[in-house]
Amino acid sequence: MIEPRILEVRTKILKKNDELARQMRSEFMEAGVLVVNLVSSPGTGKTSLLRETLSRFVDSGSAVAAIVGDLETDNDARRLAESGAPVRQIMTHGCCHLEADMVQEHLDGWQLFGLEYLFIENVGNLVCPTSWDLGESVRVALLSVTEGEDKPLKYPGLFNTSDVAVITKMDLAEACEFDRQSALDNIQAVRPGMQVIETSAKSGSGIEEWIGILRQKRNQLMTTVDSAGS
Amino acid sequence: MHELSIANSLVENAAEHAAQAGAARVTAITLRIGALSCVHESALRFSFELVTKDTLLEGADLKIVEVPVAIFCEECQREVTLPGIQRFRCPVCDTPGADIRQGRELDLESIEVVEQHAEVS
Ligand SMILES: Nc1nc2c(ncn2[C@@H]2O[C@H](COP(=O)(O)OP(=O)(O)OP(=O)(O)O)[C@@H](O)[C@H]2O)c(=O)[nH]1
Ligand SMILES: [Mg+2]
Ligand SMILES: [Zn+2]
Repeated sequence: MIEPRILEVRTKILKKNDELARQMRSEFMEAGVLVVNLVSSPGTGKTSLLRETLSRFVDSGSAVAAIVGDLETDNDARRLAESGAPVRQIMTHGCCHLEADMVQEHLDGWQLFGLEYLFIENVGNLVCPTSWDLGESVRVALLSVTEGEDKPLKYPGLFNTSDVAVITKMDLAEACEFDRQSALDNIQAVRPGMQVIETSAKSGSGIEEWIGILRQKRNQLMTTVDSAGS
Repeated sequence: MHELSIANSLVENAAEHAAQAGAARVTAITLRIGALSCVHESALRFSFELVTKDTLLEGADLKIVEVPVAIFCEECQREVTLPGIQRFRCPVCDTPGADIRQGRELDLESIEVVEQHAEVS
Protein backbone atom coordinates (compact mmCIF):
# COMPACT_ATOMS: atom_id res chain seq x y z
CA MET A 1 0.00 0.00 0.00
CA ILE A 2 1.49 3.31 -1.08
CA GLU A 3 0.70 6.11 1.34
CA PRO A 4 1.00 9.55 -0.22
CA ARG A 5 2.47 12.20 2.03
CA ILE A 6 1.79 15.94 1.87
CA LEU A 7 4.79 18.27 2.04
CA GLU A 8 3.95 21.84 2.97
CA VAL A 9 6.60 23.66 0.95
CA ARG A 10 5.21 27.22 0.80
CA THR A 11 7.63 28.78 -1.64
CA LYS A 12 7.30 31.40 -4.33
CA ILE A 13 7.07 29.75 -7.72
CA LEU A 14 9.40 32.40 -9.17
CA LYS A 15 11.72 32.36 -6.18
CA LYS A 16 14.85 31.99 -8.31
CA ASN A 17 13.99 35.11 -10.29
CA ASP A 18 12.93 36.96 -7.13
CA GLU A 19 16.19 36.16 -5.37
CA LEU A 20 18.35 37.16 -8.31
CA ALA A 21 16.35 40.38 -8.76
CA ARG A 22 16.78 41.24 -5.10
CA GLN A 23 20.50 40.72 -5.34
CA MET A 24 20.70 42.80 -8.53
CA ARG A 25 18.67 45.58 -6.94
CA SER A 26 21.06 45.87 -4.04
CA GLU A 27 24.02 45.95 -6.44
CA PHE A 28 22.35 48.66 -8.51
CA MET A 29 21.58 50.68 -5.41
CA GLU A 30 25.08 50.35 -4.05
CA ALA A 31 26.45 51.56 -7.39
CA GLY A 32 23.98 54.47 -7.38
CA VAL A 33 22.14 53.35 -10.52
CA LEU A 34 18.43 54.07 -10.83
CA VAL A 35 16.97 51.19 -12.83
CA VAL A 36 13.73 51.88 -14.68
CA ASN A 37 11.64 49.09 -16.22
CA LEU A 38 9.31 50.33 -19.00
CA VAL A 39 6.27 48.18 -19.71
CA SER A 40 3.42 48.66 -22.19
CA SER A 41 1.51 47.12 -25.10
CA PRO A 42 3.35 46.81 -28.40
CA GLY A 43 3.62 50.20 -30.07
CA THR A 44 2.66 52.42 -27.13
CA GLY A 45 5.83 54.46 -27.56
CA LYS A 46 8.44 53.00 -25.20
CA THR A 47 11.31 53.30 -27.66
CA SER A 48 10.28 56.80 -28.78
CA LEU A 49 10.07 58.09 -25.22
CA LEU A 50 13.26 56.33 -24.26
CA ARG A 51 15.20 57.71 -27.20
CA GLU A 52 14.18 61.22 -26.30
CA THR A 53 15.00 60.57 -22.65
CA LEU A 54 18.45 59.14 -23.40
CA SER A 55 19.29 62.07 -25.72
CA ARG A 56 18.43 64.61 -23.08
CA PHE A 57 20.38 62.81 -20.38
CA VAL A 58 23.37 62.46 -22.70
CA ASP A 59 23.19 66.18 -23.57
CA SER A 60 23.13 67.15 -19.93
CA GLY A 61 26.16 64.96 -19.20
CA SER A 62 24.37 62.27 -17.19
CA ALA A 63 25.63 58.69 -17.46
CA VAL A 64 22.82 56.59 -18.93
CA ALA A 65 22.49 53.21 -20.60
CA ALA A 66 19.65 51.07 -21.89
CA ILE A 67 18.77 47.45 -22.40
CA VAL A 68 15.91 46.64 -24.72
CA GLY A 69 13.97 43.42 -25.04
CA ASP A 70 12.46 42.40 -28.35
CA LEU A 71 11.07 39.14 -29.68
CA GLU A 72 13.16 38.92 -32.85
CA THR A 73 14.71 42.18 -34.06
CA ASP A 74 17.32 44.71 -32.98
CA ASN A 75 15.53 47.69 -34.55
CA ASP A 76 14.77 49.32 -31.21
CA ALA A 77 18.37 49.02 -30.02
CA ARG A 78 19.58 50.72 -33.19
CA ARG A 79 17.06 53.55 -32.76
CA LEU A 80 18.11 54.03 -29.13
CA ALA A 81 21.82 53.96 -29.93
CA GLU A 82 21.33 57.13 -32.02
CA SER A 83 21.12 58.98 -28.71
CA GLY A 84 24.80 58.23 -28.12
CA ALA A 85 24.09 56.18 -24.99
CA PRO A 86 25.35 52.60 -24.68
CA VAL A 87 22.53 50.23 -25.63
CA ARG A 88 22.20 46.48 -25.60
CA GLN A 89 19.56 44.30 -27.16
CA ILE A 90 18.05 41.21 -25.57
CA MET A 91 16.48 39.04 -28.23
CA THR A 92 14.00 36.84 -26.42
CA HIS A 93 13.17 34.56 -29.36
CA GLY A 94 9.51 34.28 -28.66
CA CYS A 95 9.59 34.78 -24.91
CA CYS A 96 6.97 37.41 -24.12
CA HIS A 97 8.73 39.11 -21.21
CA LEU A 98 12.17 39.75 -19.74
CA GLU A 99 13.48 37.81 -16.75
CA ALA A 100 16.15 38.88 -14.26
CA ASP A 101 18.79 36.47 -15.56
CA MET A 102 18.46 37.82 -19.12
CA VAL A 103 19.16 41.33 -17.81
CA GLN A 104 22.05 40.11 -15.70
CA GLU A 105 23.66 38.37 -18.67
CA HIS A 106 23.43 41.50 -20.78
CA LEU A 107 25.07 43.62 -18.09
CA ASP A 108 28.24 41.62 -18.48
CA GLY A 109 31.22 43.90 -18.96
CA TRP A 110 29.35 47.09 -18.13
CA GLN A 111 30.75 49.10 -15.27
CA LEU A 112 27.84 49.89 -12.91
CA PHE A 113 29.78 52.33 -10.77
CA GLY A 114 29.59 55.71 -12.44
CA LEU A 115 26.34 54.89 -14.20
CA GLU A 116 23.40 56.99 -13.03
CA TYR A 117 20.41 55.60 -14.93
CA LEU A 118 19.76 52.25 -16.56
CA PHE A 119 16.58 51.86 -18.58
CA ILE A 120 15.10 48.50 -19.46
CA GLU A 121 12.54 48.46 -22.26
CA ASN A 122 10.50 45.33 -21.70
CA VAL A 123 8.94 43.27 -24.49
CA GLY A 124 5.73 44.94 -25.72
CA ASN A 125 3.10 43.14 -23.64
CA LEU A 126 0.78 44.28 -20.86
CA VAL A 127 0.36 40.95 -19.10
CA CYS A 128 3.43 38.76 -19.15
CA PRO A 129 6.13 41.10 -17.77
CA THR A 130 4.09 41.77 -14.61
CA SER A 131 5.35 38.90 -12.46
CA TRP A 132 9.08 39.21 -13.24
CA ASP A 133 11.06 41.50 -11.03
CA LEU A 134 14.13 42.70 -12.94
CA GLY A 135 15.79 44.35 -9.96
CA GLU A 136 14.37 47.72 -10.98
CA SER A 137 13.74 50.58 -8.57
CA VAL A 138 11.00 52.09 -10.69
CA ARG A 139 8.46 50.29 -12.83
CA VAL A 140 6.69 52.44 -15.38
CA ALA A 141 3.46 51.47 -17.11
CA LEU A 142 2.87 53.32 -20.39
CA LEU A 143 -0.47 53.85 -22.05
CA SER A 144 -1.02 55.77 -25.29
CA VAL A 145 -3.99 57.99 -26.10
CA THR A 146 -4.72 55.77 -29.10
CA GLU A 147 -5.32 52.56 -27.18
CA GLY A 148 -8.36 53.31 -25.03
CA GLU A 149 -8.89 54.88 -21.63
CA ASP A 150 -9.90 51.58 -20.05
CA LYS A 151 -6.51 49.86 -20.43
CA PRO A 152 -5.81 50.17 -16.69
CA LEU A 153 -9.08 48.35 -15.91
CA LYS A 154 -8.26 45.62 -18.40
CA TYR A 155 -4.73 45.12 -17.08
CA PRO A 156 -4.90 45.98 -13.38
CA GLY A 157 -2.06 43.56 -12.57
CA LEU A 158 0.50 45.61 -14.43
CA PHE A 159 -0.74 49.04 -13.38
CA ASN A 160 -0.93 47.84 -9.83
CA THR A 161 2.71 46.79 -9.66
CA SER A 162 3.93 49.99 -11.35
CA ASP A 163 5.18 53.10 -9.60
CA VAL A 164 4.53 55.64 -12.35
CA ALA A 165 2.11 55.78 -15.28
CA VAL A 166 3.05 57.62 -18.47
CA ILE A 167 0.38 58.57 -20.97
CA THR A 168 2.10 58.77 -24.37
CA LYS A 169 1.28 60.34 -27.76
CA MET A 170 -0.50 63.31 -26.16
CA ASP A 171 -0.09 65.17 -29.47
CA LEU A 172 -2.75 62.80 -30.86
CA ALA A 173 -5.15 63.23 -27.93
CA GLU A 174 -7.56 65.52 -29.71
CA ALA A 175 -7.62 63.57 -32.96
CA CYS A 176 -8.35 60.37 -31.00
CA GLU A 177 -10.98 62.06 -28.82
CA PHE A 178 -9.00 60.90 -25.85
CA ASP A 179 -11.04 61.16 -22.67
CA ARG A 180 -8.29 62.31 -20.33
CA GLN A 181 -10.37 62.41 -17.17
CA SER A 182 -11.62 58.90 -17.65
CA ALA A 183 -8.07 57.61 -18.22
CA LEU A 184 -6.86 59.34 -15.05
CA ASP A 185 -9.84 57.99 -13.07
CA ASN A 186 -9.17 54.47 -14.28
CA ILE A 187 -5.52 54.67 -13.30
CA GLN A 188 -6.47 55.91 -9.83
CA ALA A 189 -9.11 53.18 -9.53
CA VAL A 190 -6.57 50.39 -9.88
CA ARG A 191 -3.67 52.18 -8.21
CA PRO A 192 -4.78 54.94 -5.82
CA GLY A 193 -2.22 57.71 -5.53
CA MET A 194 -0.26 56.72 -8.62
CA GLN A 195 1.93 59.39 -10.19
CA VAL A 196 0.87 60.12 -13.79
CA ILE A 197 2.78 62.03 -16.47
CA GLU A 198 1.44 63.01 -19.88
CA THR A 199 4.03 63.11 -22.64
CA SER A 200 4.55 63.35 -26.37
CA ALA A 201 7.80 62.10 -27.83
CA LYS A 202 6.84 63.93 -30.99
CA SER A 203 6.19 67.44 -29.65
CA GLY A 204 8.40 67.02 -26.59
CA SER A 205 5.63 68.00 -24.19
CA GLY A 206 5.93 66.52 -20.71
CA ILE A 207 9.42 65.16 -21.33
CA GLU A 208 11.12 67.65 -19.02
CA GLU A 209 8.65 66.79 -16.28
CA TRP A 210 9.34 63.08 -16.81
CA ILE A 211 13.09 63.68 -16.61
CA GLY A 212 12.55 65.73 -13.47
CA ILE A 213 10.73 62.82 -11.87
CA LEU A 214 13.54 60.44 -12.77
CA ARG A 215 16.12 62.81 -11.27
CA GLN A 216 14.05 63.10 -8.14
CA LYS A 217 13.75 59.30 -7.89
CA ARG A 218 17.49 58.94 -8.22
CA ASN A 219 18.07 61.53 -5.50
CA GLN A 220 15.73 59.56 -3.25
CA LEU A 221 17.64 56.40 -4.03
CA MET A 222 20.98 58.03 -3.19
CA THR A 223 19.59 59.33 0.09
CA THR A 224 18.40 55.83 0.99
CA VAL A 225 21.78 54.36 0.14
CA ASP A 226 23.65 57.05 2.10
CA SER A 227 21.53 56.68 5.19
CA ALA A 228 21.80 52.89 5.03
CA GLY A 229 25.59 53.15 4.72
CA SER A 230 26.15 55.54 7.62
CA MET B 1 2.48 32.87 -23.01
CA HIS B 2 4.27 33.46 -19.72
CA GLU B 3 2.41 30.57 -18.07
CA LEU B 4 4.96 28.29 -19.70
CA SER B 5 7.81 30.01 -17.83
CA ILE B 6 5.77 29.80 -14.64
CA ALA B 7 5.12 26.09 -15.17
CA ASN B 8 8.82 25.49 -15.76
CA SER B 9 9.80 27.22 -12.52
CA LEU B 10 7.03 25.39 -10.74
CA VAL B 11 8.23 21.97 -11.86
CA GLU B 12 11.82 22.81 -11.04
CA ASN B 13 10.77 23.87 -7.53
CA ALA B 14 8.51 20.91 -6.88
CA ALA B 15 11.03 18.38 -8.21
CA GLU B 16 13.69 19.83 -5.92
CA HIS B 17 11.47 19.48 -2.85
CA ALA B 18 10.40 15.98 -3.86
CA ALA B 19 14.00 14.87 -4.37
CA GLN B 20 14.99 16.27 -0.97
CA ALA B 21 12.21 14.25 0.61
CA GLY B 22 13.33 11.13 -1.23
CA ALA B 23 10.06 10.86 -3.09
CA ALA B 24 9.58 8.68 -6.14
CA ARG B 25 6.68 10.53 -7.57
CA VAL B 26 4.62 13.68 -7.08
CA THR B 27 0.92 12.86 -7.23
CA ALA B 28 -0.60 16.28 -6.55
CA ILE B 29 0.47 19.86 -6.24
CA THR B 30 -1.34 22.83 -4.69
CA LEU B 31 -0.79 26.43 -5.76
CA ARG B 32 -2.02 29.73 -4.36
CA ILE B 33 -2.61 32.15 -7.21
CA GLY B 34 -3.49 35.77 -6.44
CA ALA B 35 -6.13 37.62 -8.43
CA LEU B 36 -3.47 40.17 -9.46
CA SER B 37 -0.94 37.61 -10.63
CA CYS B 38 -2.01 37.71 -14.31
CA VAL B 39 -2.11 33.94 -14.65
CA HIS B 40 -4.69 32.26 -16.82
CA GLU B 41 -5.67 29.00 -15.25
CA SER B 42 -6.27 27.14 -18.51
CA ALA B 43 -2.95 28.28 -19.96
CA LEU B 44 -1.19 27.22 -16.78
CA ARG B 45 -2.86 23.78 -16.80
CA PHE B 46 -1.92 23.30 -20.42
CA SER B 47 1.69 24.33 -19.77
CA PHE B 48 1.88 22.19 -16.66
CA GLU B 49 0.89 19.10 -18.58
CA LEU B 50 3.44 19.91 -21.25
CA VAL B 51 6.43 20.46 -18.97
CA THR B 52 5.73 17.62 -16.53
CA LYS B 53 5.98 15.00 -19.25
CA ASP B 54 8.72 12.46 -18.43
CA THR B 55 9.35 14.01 -15.01
CA LEU B 56 8.41 12.69 -11.59
CA LEU B 57 5.47 15.09 -11.72
CA GLU B 58 3.89 13.50 -14.77
CA GLY B 59 0.16 13.02 -14.25
CA ALA B 60 0.14 14.98 -10.99
CA ASP B 61 -3.14 16.60 -10.06
CA LEU B 62 -2.84 20.41 -10.19
CA LYS B 63 -4.92 22.14 -7.52
CA ILE B 64 -5.27 25.89 -7.70
CA VAL B 65 -6.47 27.99 -4.79
CA GLU B 66 -7.47 31.46 -5.97
CA VAL B 67 -6.61 34.27 -3.60
CA PRO B 68 -8.66 37.47 -3.78
CA VAL B 69 -7.11 40.89 -3.26
CA ALA B 70 -7.12 42.31 0.26
CA ILE B 71 -6.08 45.85 1.13
CA PHE B 72 -5.57 47.55 4.45
CA CYS B 73 -8.20 50.25 4.89
CA GLU B 74 -6.81 53.29 6.71
CA GLU B 75 -10.29 54.39 7.63
CA CYS B 76 -11.60 51.10 9.02
CA GLN B 77 -8.16 50.22 10.36
CA ARG B 78 -8.42 46.65 9.15
CA GLU B 79 -7.79 44.38 6.21
CA VAL B 80 -10.70 44.18 3.77
CA THR B 81 -11.20 41.78 0.88
CA LEU B 82 -12.08 43.25 -2.51
CA PRO B 83 -14.73 41.69 -4.75
CA GLY B 84 -12.67 42.39 -7.90
CA ILE B 85 -9.40 43.86 -9.11
CA GLN B 86 -10.58 46.99 -10.87
CA ARG B 87 -11.50 49.19 -7.95
CA PHE B 88 -9.07 49.58 -5.09
CA ARG B 89 -11.48 51.06 -2.62
CA CYS B 90 -12.73 49.70 0.69
CA PRO B 91 -16.05 47.90 0.10
CA VAL B 92 -17.24 49.13 3.50
CA CYS B 93 -16.37 52.85 3.54
CA ASP B 94 -15.21 53.53 -0.06
CA THR B 95 -11.81 54.92 0.96
CA PRO B 96 -9.14 54.33 -1.73
CA GLY B 97 -6.38 51.99 -0.59
CA ALA B 98 -3.06 51.06 -2.17
CA ASP B 99 -1.69 49.02 0.72
CA ILE B 100 -2.09 45.55 -0.74
CA ARG B 101 -1.96 42.73 1.76
CA GLN B 102 -2.81 39.81 -0.47
CA GLY B 103 -3.63 39.02 -4.11
CA ARG B 104 -0.20 38.91 -5.76
CA GLU B 105 0.56 35.31 -4.74
CA LEU B 106 2.27 32.98 -7.15
CA ASP B 107 3.03 30.34 -4.55
CA LEU B 108 3.69 26.66 -4.43
CA GLU B 109 1.79 25.69 -1.31
CA SER B 110 2.25 21.94 -0.99
CA ILE B 111 3.10 18.80 -2.89
CA GLU B 112 1.77 15.32 -2.40
CA VAL B 113 4.46 12.70 -2.81
CA VAL B 114 4.80 8.95 -2.86
CA GLU B 115 7.86 7.62 -1.05
CA GLN B 116 10.69 5.80 -2.77
CA HIS B 117 10.73 2.68 -0.52
CA ALA B 118 7.02 2.04 -0.97
CA GLU B 119 7.57 1.76 -4.70
CA VAL B 120 10.06 -1.11 -4.34
CA SER B 121 7.74 -3.83 -3.00
N1 LIG C 1 2.27 60.99 -32.88
C1 LIG C 1 3.07 60.29 -32.09
N2 LIG C 1 3.51 59.08 -32.44
C2 LIG C 1 4.32 58.41 -31.61
C3 LIG C 1 4.71 58.93 -30.35
N3 LIG C 1 5.50 58.03 -29.72
C4 LIG C 1 5.60 56.97 -30.57
N4 LIG C 1 4.89 57.20 -31.70
C5 LIG C 1 4.77 56.29 -32.86
O1 LIG C 1 4.19 55.05 -32.44
C6 LIG C 1 4.82 53.95 -33.10
C7 LIG C 1 5.39 52.98 -32.10
O2 LIG C 1 6.34 53.64 -31.30
P1 LIG C 1 7.52 52.88 -30.54
O3 LIG C 1 8.25 53.90 -29.74
O4 LIG C 1 8.29 52.04 -31.47
O5 LIG C 1 6.66 51.94 -29.57
P2 LIG C 1 7.17 50.75 -28.62
O6 LIG C 1 6.31 50.78 -27.42
O7 LIG C 1 8.63 50.86 -28.39
O8 LIG C 1 6.83 49.47 -29.49
P3 LIG C 1 7.35 47.94 -29.29
O9 LIG C 1 8.77 48.00 -28.86
O10 LIG C 1 7.12 47.31 -30.60
O11 LIG C 1 6.45 47.37 -28.22
C8 LIG C 1 5.87 54.55 -34.02
O12 LIG C 1 5.34 54.68 -35.29
C9 LIG C 1 6.13 55.92 -33.39
O13 LIG C 1 6.55 56.87 -34.34
C10 LIG C 1 4.23 60.26 -29.99
O14 LIG C 1 4.50 60.80 -28.93
N5 LIG C 1 3.41 60.87 -30.89
MG1 LIG D 1 10.12 49.43 -28.69
ZN1 LIG E 1 -12.85 51.06 5.02
